[in-house]
Amino acid sequence: MELFQWGSNPWGQEILIRISWNLLYLSFWAGIAFIVFHLIYATVWLPKLANGKSSSVTQDGIVANVPARITRHTSAARIFHWVMAATMLVLIFTGFLPIIGFQFPWLTIHWVAGILLTISILFHIVHATFVLDFWSIWILPRDLKEVWQRIKQQVGQPSVELPKHGKYPLDHRLYHLAVTIAGFLAIMTGLVMMLRIDTPLWPMNAYLFTDATWGIIYVFHGLCAVLFVTLTLTHVYFAVRPDKFWLTKSMVYGYVDREHYVQHHDPNRWVVSKESTER
Amino acid sequence: MAVIRDMMPAFELFQPASTEDALGLLNRYGSDAWVLAGGLDSWDWLKDRVKRPSAVVDLGAIESLRGIRESVDGLAIGAMTTLRDVIQHTNIADQYKLLSQAAESAASPQIRNQGTIGGNLGQDTRCWYYRDGWDCYRAGGNICYADTPTAMNREHCILGSSRCVAVNPSDTAPALVALDARMVIRNSSGERVVDAQNFFIGPNVDITRMTVMEPGDLLTSIQLPATWADARFYFEKSRDRLVWDFALASVASAARISNGTIEDIRIAVNGVAPTPLRLTAVEDAIRGELINDQTVELAGEIAIRGVRPLAHNGYKVSLLKNLVKRSVRGTEA
Repeated sequence: MELFQWGSNPWGQEILIRISWNLLYLSFWAGIAFIVFHLIYATVWLPKLANGKSSSVTQDGIVANVPARITRHTSAARIFHWVMAATMLVLIFTGFLPIIGFQFPWLTIHWVAGILLTISILFHIVHATFVLDFWSIWILPRDLKEVWQRIKQQVGQPSVELPKHGKYPLDHRLYHLAVTIAGFLAIMTGLVMMLRIDTPLWPMNAYLFTDATWGIIYVFHGLCAVLFVTLTLTHVYFAVRPDKFWLTKSMVYGYVDREHYVQHHDPNRWVVSKESTER
Repeated sequence: MAVIRDMMPAFELFQPASTEDALGLLNRYGSDAWVLAGGLDSWDWLKDRVKRPSAVVDLGAIESLRGIRESVDGLAIGAMTTLRDVIQHTNIADQYKLLSQAAESAASPQIRNQGTIGGNLGQDTRCWYYRDGWDCYRAGGNICYADTPTAMNREHCILGSSRCVAVNPSDTAPALVALDARMVIRNSSGERVVDAQNFFIGPNVDITRMTVMEPGDLLTSIQLPATWADARFYFEKSRDRLVWDFALASVASAARISNGTIEDIRIAVNGVAPTPLRLTAVEDAIRGELINDQTVELAGEIAIRGVRPLAHNGYKVSLLKNLVKRSVRGTEA
């Protein structure tokens, strides 16, 4: 299977053009394979791990102050999430539908969606930095111990005692990290690629970089884009899983119930007060 | 890059005797098949090794694709009908003179004797960067070599480009768009009919194709509805020399005029955009208006709205404007 498309420039030199579209199909089927694997894992393997010890930190004094509904996502955060989701879906569909045979004028819709996504992410960065608990979504060095503990638990070492989650579970933080890296690369390369087309935003300049450099930019954009196919598939899968649906609802309504909070979260790692419910 | 050789490259040649056989071959070979009509554009592509099909399906032996027949609603022209036969057909000359004028402006008498109307409509662009085998957008690459400050882009488009700035080279296309013709396309799954103006697609839809025809598709005939028969027609093709040359810009219009008022009109231009372009905004603006200097000027002004000339084709702006003005007036004067 070819990974890249190659061409030649006017001087006869071989240059990268873009990724091979085989990778699009690979990313799609990788996403499907992961979902199938997880379904089997959740059905067959996960019940066997149910005996694994989980931290029993509930600290009655703290829990007593927990309201019935706890704000997990502010209105602004939810609006950002759904704007980002909508623009991301538009970008994926406009980018890939023509490749699989559905022809339509996709380019303008694609770059406009890209600009909207960029604006929403800039807003998110500011919002997360100054309003939200910035570090709660990142994987920090102190989390590496938890990573190791969870790996050991997943392979069936029952003696491991797992800590409860902070505001965001480890898998959410890993996903956020992947989306951040892939999104940053896709956006940066996408904005640069807009120099190759006519837009009202800035003058076209196809010769800002050499052919070879452009090829690398196209490759990075393509790699990130196909990665988003896998990431989106798996994200939607987890969002609709019954055992995760309380989290999905929190992205719609903004809050989680006290029972879910007590069951899944460590009050010391995600501290909430009685005023936590957004009204 | 193109490799110009006298030797024909190796391919399997098929000469089916029926449309069904041709469709079977096109279905079997898909994108590896090349449809050969008159062969006037094909051999360049193949000899230059820019297109490398493994199978060539020569339609020359399929009689059902030739000829012009009267239909319930106008005329049906077989896709393999030669341009000469289109020009010489009495009904076309009498009732659809726009098409015969357009066909007569194509290439040279020798080429019109061999070239078919289907081939004229389906031919690929003349952009030399693309035809020379450079890996441009249209060839599957990620750059347009014609849209740069130093490019040779005198013949390229001023309207409607999207990354690729190549233009459609067909002379009969604008006439068929103006006549509201319909293209009958068959493939192994069945038949579909596409309006002429939707038959051509620009790079914003698919940068590697000029028409809606996909691998496995075959243009079998062109339906000319009676709607615009005997209308007032105007066709003009501007070119560097008066024979055997492609249009720098062309205009084709069909109008219903009553007491000097435009009751209805269809105007299409070519050579200025990636596809033959129907000027609906112009049509809407002048429908119901008297043909006078004001109307003519208005049509010309609207026609050039949104133009984006390249480094060397700014002349096409005034050319387009004047061609449209003449087509509305109905005379060159």
